[in-house]
Amino acid sequence: MSRGALKAGEQKKVSGELLSLTYGSLVAQLVRDYENVDEVNRQLDRLGHNLGVRLIEDFLARANPGRCHDLRDTADKIQQAFKLYLNVNVTIGSWSPAGDEFSILMDQNPLAEFVELPDSYSNLRYSNILAGAIRGACEMVQVEVLVAFAADHLKGDNNTEIRVKFVKRLEDAIPAGED
Amino acid sequence: MTGNYYFAIVGHQDNPLFEMEFSPSNKEPKKEEHRHLNQFIAHAALDLLDESMWTGTNMYLKIVDKFNEWYVSAFVTAGRIRMVCLHDVKNEDGIHKFFVEMYETYIKHSMNPFYEPNTPINSPAFEKKALIYGRKYLTG
Repeated sequence: MSRGALKAGEQKKVSGELLSLTYGSLVAQLVRDYENVDEVNRQLDRLGHNLGVRLIEDFLARANPGRCHDLRDTADKIQQAFKLYLNVNVTIGSWSPAGDEFSILMDQNPLAEFVELPDSYSNLRYSNILAGAIRGACEMVQVEVLVAFAADHLKGDNNTEIRVKFVKRLEDAIPAGED
Repeated sequence: MTGNYYFAIVGHQDNPLFEMEFSPSNKEPKKEEHRHLNQFIAHAALDLLDESMWTGTNMYLKIVDKFNEWYVSAFVTAGRIRMVCLHDVKNEDGIHKFFVEMYETYIKHSMNPFYEPNTPINSPAFEKKALIYGRKYLTG
């Protein structure tokens, strides 16, 4: 597959509308195939997870961010990644008192442009792929997080809010049988 | 009874996708029979609309038919979705502007991945826009 005239480190850009329309078709088709909104939410999360475990390598190579010493650094890196891959500026806020939970606030969501959720799909988490991607990416750097949507512009809230909670640091497990 | 408008968007199978009536605010509500008559008149005008669709390159087809005191204006989109407007006063400019705005609203609505083309439009946002533009260009 020819990659054209891309130099090292350069990124191919696509139109934001193309992304929105493609993602929209994907979600609409998933809804038609599975007919069950919870199942679609699960599948979107899985899709996101697969995307995240691969995207993290690209992010580390491109942005070269360096080690994170605590969750605030991690939050900053996630913010950087949103800017790099989706060209959207998000804000980090709503830190919990223990410092293990934070919110990502997006006032415009490029995936959900033009979308209006019909009433029968009110439980659909349309942008769930983002949650899965954050979870997958963090898992590859040995951090386990729980990601959930706290607010969604498509459901009538003012902006879209993703809540990220730190669970634990993952240690590399020695495969069973070896010692 | 001047200044009354009936607007409909018709799909490829002559099925109505969206209908809306506009009347000046100080008139009393029309009787039930007139509403069925509007759909009948619009449906009958579709044949003439289809004929004049192919005679030129314009999307706005101006007045294609007349029934008693009702004129029928029409607008065809690039995807052959037909918009008709029944009116009893000639308001070419206003109706043309209304059609153009409804066309843009329709385009934005059809970009919604959950909307199947040629199915009825059930979006409150779309209805609100139609009401606003109708008031602005037709009865305003």
